[in-house]
Amino acid sequence: MAKNAKIPAGALATRWMELVVAFALVVIGLIVVYDSHRVGIEWAEDGPRSGYFPNFIGWILAGTGAFIAGETFFGWKKLAGKVFVEREQLKPVLQMLLPTVVYIGLIALVGIYVASALFIAAFMRVQGKYRWPATLAVSISVPVAIFLLFEIWFLVPLPKGPIEHLLGY
Amino acid sequence: MEEISNLMHGFEVALTWKNLLFMFVGILLGVLIGVLPGLGGANGVAILLPLTFTMPPTSAIIMLSCIYWGALFGGAITSILFNIPGEPWSVATTFDGYPMAQQGRAGEALTAAFTSSFIGALFAVLMITFLAPLVAKFALKFGPPEYFAIQLLTFCSFVGMGREPPAKTIAAMMLGFALAAVGLDTMTGTLRMTFGQSELLQGFDFLVAVIGLFGLGEIFLTMEEGLAFKGKSAKIDPAIVLRTWAKLPKYWLTSLRSCLVGCWMGVTPGGATPASFMSYGMARRFSKRGDKFGEGEIEGVIAPETAAHAAGTSALLPMLTLGIPGSPTAAVLLGGLMIWGLQPGPLLFVEKKEFVWGLIASMYLGNIVGLLIVLTTVPWWAAILRIPFAIIAPVIVVICAIGAYTVHQNMFDVVMMLVFGVVGYLFKKLKYPLAPLVLALVLGDMAETSFRQSMLLSAGSTSIFYSNWLVGSIVTLAFLLLSWPIVSYLLDRWRVSEGRPRRT
Repeated sequence: MAKNAKIPAGALATRWMELVVAFALVVIGLIVVYDSHRVGIEWAEDGPRSGYFPNFIGWILAGTGAFIAGETFFGWKKLAGKVFVEREQLKPVLQMLLPTVVYIGLIALVGIYVASALFIAAFMRVQGKYRWPATLAVSISVPVAIFLLFEIWFLVPLPKGPIEHLLGY
Repeated sequence: MEEISNLMHGFEVALTWKNLLFMFVGILLGVLIGVLPGLGGANGVAILLPLTFTMPPTSAIIMLSCIYWGALFGGAITSILFNIPGEPWSVATTFDGYPMAQQGRAGEALTAAFTSSFIGALFAVLMITFLAPLVAKFALKFGPPEYFAIQLLTFCSFVGMGREPPAKTIAAMMLGFALAAVGLDTMTGTLRMTFGQSELLQGFDFLVAVIGLFGLGEIFLTMEEGLAFKGKSAKIDPAIVLRTWAKLPKYWLTSLRSCLVGCWMGVTPGGATPASFMSYGMARRFSKRGDKFGEGEIEGVIAPETAAHAAGTSALLPMLTLGIPGSPTAAVLLGGLMIWGLQPGPLLFVEKKEFVWGLIASMYLGNIVGLLIVLTTVPWWAAILRIPFAIIAPVIVVICAIGAYTVHQNMFDVVMMLVFGVVGYLFKKLKYPLAPLVLALVLGDMAETSFRQSMLLSAGSTSIFYSNWLVGSIVTLAFLLLSWPIVSYLLDRWRVSEGRPRRT
């Protein structure tokens, strides 16, 4: 088929992403409507209840989501050649996204300073192919600078883990 | 005149050594934020907001607004030298700025860009000085229906004037409103959409959303493009600056037009980005050398930069006088004001005179300081951009995480930032606009309160929105803007069926 031939293998088509996001919007809209009904959309003695305003919002959100889905659906052939993201592009995005997920998990475990040092070091080694001296210099000096700036000068506490506790913070 | 004496008093407030220092630091940080990808005016100010909590409000807002001016200046540096817009509003600057740099006229382009930014800002500040007190005085008479009408106008103008598909603008906006409704309903004390999760009690903080949407989202996009910085070198010496300045008066008409476009787009929340495109388009159409645009015309740098800076600055006018921000960055500044216990709106001009005029005076000073700083420090910023992305990217993610955490000292916010980052990436790629989402998240509670109060006044009848000429005309204007995409579509169809050429 000619219309499929336009999209390289492994690429994600825009029209599918459009549909997914539009459906997500419809679902969120309906959740808002559902919850508005739960808290009450009618009038109480002292005025409109909590669900009064969000109820409108939920319906409009679900409606526009459905409209965008319909628009995508009826323009399905026209959107055939559009690529949302190619495999070669998706790789670096995931190389950023997945380490960030791990990083945020690590913050909860070992505190932000150690996690940041590990994150920067891992990124520089893997993505930037840096040698150890440069990697260590950056990955240690950045958290130290952040520590001085936040904890010492501006007195804003950041999440800390066992190592900071051992050092008395 | 009263404004002049107020302003002079404002200068006394702003002109202390300490505030000048904050101004200086703010501009430097702002340019840095403007130059780095993934950090922009809105999320940069959001990240730095917690650092200012210990400062007196006037100094804090001076520093934060200077970060904003700095970011506006900084966006031009990357556009001209690297052909990479550091900020969305400097996209139009790349069209002629980068070709100029390729021809070895980088210094000229930068000087023109900075100077026009400065002129645009100055024009907008002058407008704020004389118009803001009038608007505030007028707005003192506003009741809930008038406020809701203004908010409606704000949101409808996004639909009518945005470049994105109207359905997507509405969807993004409604998502913002829905997220704003999560948590405790302040009017009745009912919990909404928390589904038993205690983390959701406080609702979604828009600062976290801004950091995720604009910060992480931008980093993901940059990764996808496989960014490699290959820039032109920049040398600015006084001779080039003076030579360029001598050329500029010739383009006074372009400047004036761009100032007006910028102020209009800033006050109605069109924002700096559409303003810069619109101004560039108009300059190309009206210029005698319009066909040369895109090959390195100085006018093609002057027009978008003037408009962007004018729009960015004038976005503070509705924020200060009505409590309705004209841009995401203005929304973050508004959030800051509320954290310091200053409720923006007409009363601010009566109750916190010193603060308001100190801020307005600092806008004059901040832009002068900014112009001097960027003209003298361009080579350094260009050097910062040569730091490889493999170092910059993780450091920016770390900064974003810290920014999200410090909003409420809450780990859940950091997780939400990541979610917003992914949403930001998806939305950007599918052309959903982010600004209406953020503004709806900020204004959601306010809009809901004024809507419900209006309904209370009228016992549930929407006729209150046509109860006097003021509220009626604002609402009518709002609906006109809302229906503008449909009207223009129908007009196009009509023209085609009449056999006339389609409007381009």
